[in-house]
Amino acid sequence: MTRLSDLFRTIGRPVLIGFTVAGDPDYESGIGIAKTIIGAGADILELGVPFTDPVADGPVIQKAHGRALSGGATTDRLFSTVREIRKSSDVPIVLLVYYNIIYRRGVGEFCREAAAAGIDGILAVDLPPEESEEMERHLGQHCIDRISIVTPGTSDERMKMIAGHTSGFLYLTTLLGVTGARERLAKESRELVRRAGKHSDLPLCVGFGISRPEHVREIVSTGAQGVIVGSAIVSRIEGHLDNVAAMNEDIREYVKTLRDAIGN
Amino acid sequence: MRKGKFGKFGGQFVPEGLMGPLMELEEAYRCLSVQEVFRNDLSAYLSSYAGRETPLTFCANVSRDLGFRLYLKREDLVHGGSHKLNNTLGQALLARHMGKTRLIAETGAGQHGVATAIAGAVLGLSVDVYMGEVDIVRQRLNVFRMELMGARVIPVRSGTRTLKDAINEALRDWVARSADTHYLIGSVVGPHPFPLMVREFQSVIGRETRWQVQEAEGRLPDTLIACVGGGSNAIGLFHEFLQDEVRLIGVEAGGKGIGTGDHGASCCAGSPGVLHGALSYLLQDSDGQICPTHSIAAGLDYPGVGPEHSMLHDMERVEYVPVTDDEVLRAFSYLSKKEGIIPALESAHAIAQAMKMAGTVPRDHVVVVNLSGRGDKDVAQVAGMEGGA
Repeated sequence: MTRLSDLFRTIGRPVLIGFTVAGDPDYESGIGIAKTIIGAGADILELGVPFTDPVADGPVIQKAHGRALSGGATTDRLFSTVREIRKSSDVPIVLLVYYNIIYRRGVGEFCREAAAAGIDGILAVDLPPEESEEMERHLGQHCIDRISIVTPGTSDERMKMIAGHTSGFLYLTTLLGVTGARERLAKESRELVRRAGKHSDLPLCVGFGISRPEHVREIVSTGAQGVIVGSAIVSRIEGHLDNVAAMNEDIREYVKTLRDAIGN
Repeated sequence: MRKGKFGKFGGQFVPEGLMGPLMELEEAYRCLSVQEVFRNDLSAYLSSYAGRETPLTFCANVSRDLGFRLYLKREDLVHGGSHKLNNTLGQALLARHMGKTRLIAETGAGQHGVATAIAGAVLGLSVDVYMGEVDIVRQRLNVFRMELMGARVIPVRSGTRTLKDAINEALRDWVARSADTHYLIGSVVGPHPFPLMVREFQSVIGRETRWQVQEAEGRLPDTLIACVGGGSNAIGLFHEFLQDEVRLIGVEAGGKGIGTGDHGASCCAGSPGVLHGALSYLLQDSDGQICPTHSIAAGLDYPGVGPEHSMLHDMERVEYVPVTDDEVLRAFSYLSKKEGIIPALESAHAIAQAMKMAGTVPRDHVVVVNLSGRGDKDVAQVAGMEGGA
């Protein structure tokens, strides 16, 4: 049993997943922010791994990657960030990482270090199942869950295939860059949760540009087992770059509001 | 060979949101590229609109000077001023057959952006071109040309603000709008099927060269030289000769020198990694972060190289060598003065390599340099540098 499957099996309510980029805006503050997110009630911490070319991310998170790299982020520091968090917390930690970081370290070596540091799941953003044979072997060896993304553009057939290569949870997201009416997003997420539920027994977590408590309630009402909040947290880092205390306070208050919206 | 792989290189390393559009494209290309109506359409545009075939020019003055027989494959004479139109006409026709109404493209030097603007205008498709802010400044003329032909040039302010980041933005755009949009990649880079498809559209260069050299010399050439950024003009020339006993040289951007770190020589100085959807040689640090690059030629200012080049490099079938900015500038003015042909700074890399062969080969040695683009776009930049020096 992994931390992730334990959590979803026992918690009895939808989970809140909070995202931040490791090392944003710098190594020390990044650790503090991660702890703040956990302390304010996130059930799972999702850590973005800084990369020069985060092609699947929107502008807010792109800037976070840039800040982290300017702040001296390295792969060694990523793992030490996780070790620091593990000293005081047992929440599941999932990495959202671009494959080149893994490939460069060596797939086996990366997975070994990740497991040793206390990482529970890895979502390799640009590694579709078609290319992931080696990665899956090593993840399996180290009991790390392989998280995958599906989108409204993912066909039913493909969704089934992806679910077969996934453990921990399935990450449901809308197409990047699609802006527009909130109602449409809500409708789209409801439809996606319905379709994904038909093709998989995995917990379904939705990350759809969620920023407000009512969005959280909306997602919960679709029957999803988790809500992922990313940009809205990261923008609070950007908003307080000159004052780390205020930054943490703002993030704490904000994450608490989201956690309250999930209910018990 | 596995799908979309060149040896271990290539593949489809993309976010899930791009898998749908890629599968749609792959299927459309597979069906259409073999259909007579599509092939006839394309070859009509290539001959009556783009100006193919392009001449193979024997350079009498340079040949006398360097001591071997030098030919130029005149892709600079393709409409628009570079080989890029071979590919954009092919992909734009494909996009129209697929029912797309909008093309997006990335551009570095602006040549691919211009070629996409041309194809969009003549085929009735709207065009948005992503271009790094740095490149917009150094290639003003091409920005104006694109706009004149109805394209919108979107400045890219993220990352290094050059070609790499323009590709990132174009990929983001495509994820969001693939229903009506085709992403027209300008080189043999990116996820499958792009490296394969772009090579097929550019292979017309090598096919023509083959019979043209046969006609002029009664035999195959001894050496082919082409510059390599992503590597589309080089693959276009080389691919037809891979099975022959012909020496193939790909010239990379040596910038200020390989030792300085300021260059764009991915095969010469890089290592395998994943960027923009494919496994290929990259300029990266020990953590896999992509390095900033430098070249006097905006079109070669890119930290990667196509997957097929990566394979040919590993097989040692093609020799990849760097030439420096200074050598490029000398070649730029050398060809202009000797032959009355101003090469693009990108293509001047290949000329510079040919110049280095003086005295190393016999007089009857036949060399073909792919003159992939004309240098009008670079005249202001070079004049400015000489004025400042």
